[in-house]
Amino acid sequence: MTTVPYIPAPPREKTLDYLNHDYRLSSWLLTRDHKRIAILFMISITIMFFVGGIAATLIRLSLLSPDSWLLRSETYNKMFTIHGVIMVWFFLIPSVPNVLGNFFLPIMIGARDLAFPRLNLASWYLYMIGAVFTLMALILGGVDTGWTFYTPYSSSFSNTHVVMVVVGVFIAGFSTIMTAMNFIVTTHTMRCPGMTWFRLPLFVWGIYATSLIQILATPILAITLALLGVERIWRIGIFDPSVGGDPVLFQHMFWFYSHPAVYIMILPGMAVESELITCFSRKHPFGYVFIAFSSLAIAMLSFLVWAHHMFVAGMSIYAGMTFSLLSMMVAVPSAIKVFNWTATLYKGSVSLQTPMLYALGFIGLFTMGGLTGVMLATLAIDVHVHDTYFIIAHFHYIMVGGMVMAYLGGIHYWWPKMTGRMYNEWWGKLSAIIIFIGFNLTFFPQYILGYLGMPRRYHYYPPEFQFWNVLSSAGASILAVGYVLPLVYLLLSLRYGKRVGPNPWRATGLEWKTSSPPPEHNFEEIPVVTHEPYAYYLELPEMKEETQDE
Amino acid sequence: MSEQVHPKRLYLINYLVLLALLALTVGMSYVDFGRGYNNTIAIGIGFIKAILIMLFFMHIWYEPSLMWVFAATGFFFLGIMLVLTMSDYLTRNHPPGMSPKGEPVFLTPDKPRNAIPYSFPK
Amino acid sequence: MSRPTYLQEQFEDMHQQTFTATLGMWAFLTTEVLFFGAIFVAYAVCRLRWQEEFRHGSADLQLWIGAINTAVLLTSSLFIALAVRSAKAGHRSMLVVNLIITLIFGLMFLGFKGYEYSVESDESLVPILNWSTIPPDEVGLPPSQQHPRPEQQKLFMSFYFFMTALHATHMIVGIGVISVLTTLSWRGRYTAEHHNPIEIGALYWHFVDIVWVFLFPALYLLRTG
Repeated sequence: MTTVPYIPAPPREKTLDYLNHDYRLSSWLLTRDHKRIAILFMISITIMFFVGGIAATLIRLSLLSPDSWLLRSETYNKMFTIHGVIMVWFFLIPSVPNVLGNFFLPIMIGARDLAFPRLNLASWYLYMIGAVFTLMALILGGVDTGWTFYTPYSSSFSNTHVVMVVVGVFIAGFSTIMTAMNFIVTTHTMRCPGMTWFRLPLFVWGIYATSLIQILATPILAITLALLGVERIWRIGIFDPSVGGDPVLFQHMFWFYSHPAVYIMILPGMAVESELITCFSRKHPFGYVFIAFSSLAIAMLSFLVWAHHMFVAGMSIYAGMTFSLLSMMVAVPSAIKVFNWTATLYKGSVSLQTPMLYALGFIGLFTMGGLTGVMLATLAIDVHVHDTYFIIAHFHYIMVGGMVMAYLGGIHYWWPKMTGRMYNEWWGKLSAIIIFIGFNLTFFPQYILGYLGMPRRYHYYPPEFQFWNVLSSAGASILAVGYVLPLVYLLLSLRYGKRVGPNPWRATGLEWKTSSPPPEHNFEEIPVVTHEPYAYYLELPEMKEETQDE
Repeated sequence: MSEQVHPKRLYLINYLVLLALLALTVGMSYVDFGRGYNNTIAIGIGFIKAILIMLFFMHIWYEPSLMWVFAATGFFFLGIMLVLTMSDYLTRNHPPGMSPKGEPVFLTPDKPRNAIPYSFPK
Repeated sequence: MSRPTYLQEQFEDMHQQTFTATLGMWAFLTTEVLFFGAIFVAYAVCRLRWQEEFRHGSADLQLWIGAINTAVLLTSSLFIALAVRSAKAGHRSMLVVNLIITLIFGLMFLGFKGYEYSVESDESLVPILNWSTIPPDEVGLPPSQQHPRPEQQKLFMSFYFFMTALHATHMIVGIGVISVLTTLSWRGRYTAEHHNPIEIGALYWHFVDIVWVFLFPALYLLRTG
């Protein structure tokens, strides 16, 4: 028994769902429906993804040759800065929470909407305003400080539009905070009757843990950027060593947010992963409680490890040792999850549909990225590879090989539910494989480059590194094809895709009980939950025989 | 949500205690208890005031425990930020070969840890 | 079962709505704790490095205006707590009176703060705008009798202005919120059954008070130890 791709829908009368009940533009721009807001976010972050992707393309193209044949130094600096800023704050952080979380969190807990629908819409508008500021800075000439805005360069010396980008990110940060508040309060107070905490899908646990991090860490970013802006405009001296300030203070404050932020950028991917692995192995998750609590543990521990980004920044060696130890600890809950997913696959009825290809790719690539993370937590290794391509490869394995693949897997898994249409499975599988191959070809050579000593953020390099750089750029071109393909076939499926019924994957979960696409208020009547989650065992033949007697 | 109407004297007594603590801290600022103690006690009394405001003016005392968790979480993580950041700054600034307290340590580095010697301006 | 007009459609009953709204406000206040807390951490770090200079800076602040402001804010907190009590009891006129008194004390705080800023400006303590290393009342004296200010006192004053201005901004927003609540209360919108917005507005106001309760010892009471 495998996961059947789809069940053909019965002949269709025109039913009203969240998409077609009102076609006016104002009904979209002033909507309070969490599903429509999720679609708005999906469109926005896809646009920003491709803008960031163009910056990445320019970076990889210019690194084909050891000299600066394509871009000047200043332009190259601006490219990697804007790539980082856009991908972190305007793609990865909002990707799964604001698209899939917004759409499915209320449905999965059996609610009609989030707790604060207007706050949800405000979150989208703030995201758009922040994006406008950032893109304006790009058009006006860009920023060259790196996405980390290290002082004193960003505060005292850079001649670029730092303040404008900082304002854009500041505003986008409030978008994040609002979404997180919404999700946390919704999960506490709006679960349907019978939906206890341990009957929640693991996706909800993951989004909840992500929201905890967002709500606690993002205000620190806001104040850090505010201080950076004040320092840059008025030169108060807090980060300026020449008047007694400490640039490392900026790094402490920045990384206190940004390290939890990178967990914001992987926990939702893990949340999606739990859903995909269970559905496509037709099996309940191994160690549900462990996976749930490890999400919370990752959220908590992520706040204790930030200074591992600063081992060579000039802080005290004793603090370095403390953070090194804490960083090793934070790998444990992630490892627990990987073991549990693998154990879920064991003796499951695995079928390799497109979402499952992404999910399997996630496990392998995230594990590689995570293991290199433990290597980096080791002080002695980090001193050697800090600020080299090893670091770049490490975080791209997690963020791209992990999170982006999980996001795409989630999009493919829930696409029939969100749109009522199924995409072409052959193209889906092809794209997943192209992405996997392209990704590995792009980023594995970067581990080697970093180990050999090529520094990051350099637009020229010694000629002996060229071979690996060319490999990496070749892989990037394949990866780009892999990313453009889903855009094409998913959009085409809106017009030509086969229509589906409520549960094309025969998955468990409340979102599969309502129609595809769901009606405006999610459920005709609020469901009452009486059984545990992931009850795939109910479709086993032994169970079927028992029920047939009734 | 507690819907009960509390007597006015609950708020009045809380207010008078807060004013008394304010007078105490202002009065203490004129007396020197020795390095570091004045300010520590003043901020400690500030904590007590904040807790009193939260418990009785903001009614946390009467709310379910979920609210207590929400109220305390911010301060808890702020505490983490403060403690771990200060763990860096409090263990700096000692000469190589010495511990932060100034005692000799057997691991003597051969050369300075940073390529550029960096000493704080005095 | 008829739903009251103030019950929003995503909620099943008023109890769920009020509990959710209060929880949401506490979540927002958590973000504010970390927002202000981060600047306190930066202040603590700088204070650790420049202890004498910061002590000097604190001594140059107006302690008594700060102390009176603290008392003013505590009083406003008292009255808004009494306003919430009046709302729960359903006394509309006392509710409006208490809210107006809260507003008055809030505006008094801002008035005293503005006066304090003007005093600091007169003493040339404002960085960037009119900082002077020699205090204005010692300008005409011979150098041996002058007590020049340490350079890092400017950093202290920057922190002081940043933190108090951030706090004052939150006060202004709070005054706006309370004004709206006062107007709506006067129009009779809040009853014993529906007074949750007053409670939530009061939570925000108390929080702004708590920030000041920490700002006062951190900035003003640094002068001795």
